[in-house]
Amino acid sequence: MATKQQQLSVWGDKVHPKVKVQGAGAPLAYLHGGYGPIETELVDELAKHFTVYAPEHPGLTSGDEDAYKALDDMWDLVLFYYDLFDKLELAAPAVVGHSFGGMVAAEIAATDPTRVSKLALISPLGLWRDDSPIKNYIVTPQADLPRLMFKDEHHPAQKRIILNPEDQPGFIRITWALGCTGKFMWPLPDKGLSKRMHRIAAPTLILWGKNDRLLPAVYAEEFKKRIPNAKVEMIDGGAHMMPLEEPARVAGAVAKFIKG
Amino acid sequence: MKISMFHLMPYRDLPKDFEQKYHSVWVDPPYTELADSRKIGQYYNWTLDELIHAADKGIDGICVNEHHQNAYGFMPNPDLMGSILARATNGTDCAVVQMGSTLPTSNPPIRVAEEYGMIDCISGGRMVAGMPLGTSQDVNLCYGISPIEQRERYYEAHDLIIKAWTAKEIFAWNGKYFKLPMVNIWPRPIQQPHPPVWIPGSGSLSTWDFSARNDHCYCFLSYWGNNFGKRVMDGWWDFVAKGNHDPNPFRAGFLQLVAVSETDHSAEKEYYPHIRYFYDKCLHILPEYFPVPGNQDYKSLVNSVTKLNPQLFDLMGKIPTWKYKDFVDNQFVIAGSPATVRQQLMDAVKKLRVGNLMVLLHIGSMPHDLTLKNIELFCSEVLPHFRDVWEGEWENKWWPEGMRGPRTKITGNGAAHPAAAR
Repeated sequence: MATKQQQLSVWGDKVHPKVKVQGAGAPLAYLHGGYGPIETELVDELAKHFTVYAPEHPGLTSGDEDAYKALDDMWDLVLFYYDLFDKLELAAPAVVGHSFGGMVAAEIAATDPTRVSKLALISPLGLWRDDSPIKNYIVTPQADLPRLMFKDEHHPAQKRIILNPEDQPGFIRITWALGCTGKFMWPLPDKGLSKRMHRIAAPTLILWGKNDRLLPAVYAEEFKKRIPNAKVEMIDGGAHMMPLEEPARVAGAVAKFIKG
Repeated sequence: MKISMFHLMPYRDLPKDFEQKYHSVWVDPPYTELADSRKIGQYYNWTLDELIHAADKGIDGICVNEHHQNAYGFMPNPDLMGSILARATNGTDCAVVQMGSTLPTSNPPIRVAEEYGMIDCISGGRMVAGMPLGTSQDVNLCYGISPIEQRERYYEAHDLIIKAWTAKEIFAWNGKYFKLPMVNIWPRPIQQPHPPVWIPGSGSLSTWDFSARNDHCYCFLSYWGNNFGKRVMDGWWDFVAKGNHDPNPFRAGFLQLVAVSETDHSAEKEYYPHIRYFYDKCLHILPEYFPVPGNQDYKSLVNSVTKLNPQLFDLMGKIPTWKYKDFVDNQFVIAGSPATVRQQLMDAVKKLRVGNLMVLLHIGSMPHDLTLKNIELFCSEVLPHFRDVWEGEWENKWWPEGMRGPRTKITGNGAAHPAAAR
């Protein structure tokens, strides 16, 4: 099935996100992490099982950079996604998100539980424990990022997150993605999700890398504890960027859960 | 023209291996390892004394600013300093230039309108109202404001403060970030309709646009010499032209490091260690902290990454290997004998078209006595040669109205405050 790119007009025509539509089968909405739509291989793998809808976060779409101004907070962002689902005629898709995208996916599922059939959270942000503070990856020294985020510190995909002044378009793209997604997490990725998670009705998979150095595994248990119908699957050796390092393995676990 | 002394109030006694041992002077240098509150008490008092001394020696204005969680310069509330300075300089015609309270971190922003109102009243209408956007380190990292919202908050705070000062009627403010049911500021400034507004900037397109649209004085606070400064100021003058404003040099402010001694040779001997300290330690900021992603809007980000940063990174990369001569040749610091400083500073002022110059006369680890000497030499041997520049041709509409003419009370009586008499 061919990939097509749609540009929508959403949120009272104030946000014009591009949405990648790929694959065939039951609908699945995929929400990318804080660095923008960089999980290309994971989307490819998911598209072997589902019709994947992968929107860009408001502000990231080229030519629509000011769109972030139309949304003030997480409440607006969640409602924005219901509007986007309506435009795509998705009544209750499976919703999958990684990191920042996982945080948003959980908020979408908690606010109106009828809009999400199944939920898969891949190393999601959204909770905070004082005994396990989360490193602010947005301002982590570039030299420390590969070790924080990847199992293989030399993985070629690390160039999708490292700021390199020699690559000006890349520098601008990464900086802007962090700015636009950071708006909904700054200064800490806790916007009150813990109070709302009990509302999540969708069967939920919490997928976590055992070697996630950004989000320690205690957070997997924290999510499980608060979502009524959730199970945790730990990936041996997985790091925070496992969607980039091990897309087939991650997609396999997600597909098995959603189809099961 | 007008020349004001700027003071950062840095920590003057960081360990020799500071920049090797710690990754940033800003945000997370550990206070309990590095700082001594008794010493800091002394620094604040020296800072006040140095600025008051400059006022007594005839400087046109004295500037303080706001920063947080750092050893680079830490006056978390510049209005505490400004109110002391206002009181201590009564009887002079020296301006109190607040450069100033950071708008997005002052909540609600009418706090700035009130505190500036107090300073203008205490000083008898001698205040300049600096309205900084704030650094990314301060606003985003120390005070937790979302980087991408900083500018919107800033614009809203600015509009609210101006309205709070000028509205005759009590009003409700229903903004995006601030909601106030009955705004009715006590006190209002003496200066009407409001004190002159200066906008410190670092080369952002958006700040040029904002300053031009509002007819404020744009001030480039740079440590990177006036060649880089020229590039930024040219950008500012383009916006002034686009906004159909006249090219009045008093629309422009510029900060320059200045060190004066008896001879060029003695200047090197006296000031080089402190220049080194300033560039090696006070500016040792983790690159990820300035700015944080989102702090610049998209247009400014593109402009910085493609145009300003390559030049700036190139300059900054060279600094560790520089000697005194390089700092001086590149005019990061204008230093030397009075004649050298006069000539180079005059060239810079003309080249940049600056009417409101600020000079950093205390640099890094400079001890109190050397700072007083620098102030005295600057005020007696350099300053008088600049008083007539641009005057007659242009009016300084960005200076307190009562003091725009030729200086009459050049030196203060020094008796207004005990600190000034020391």
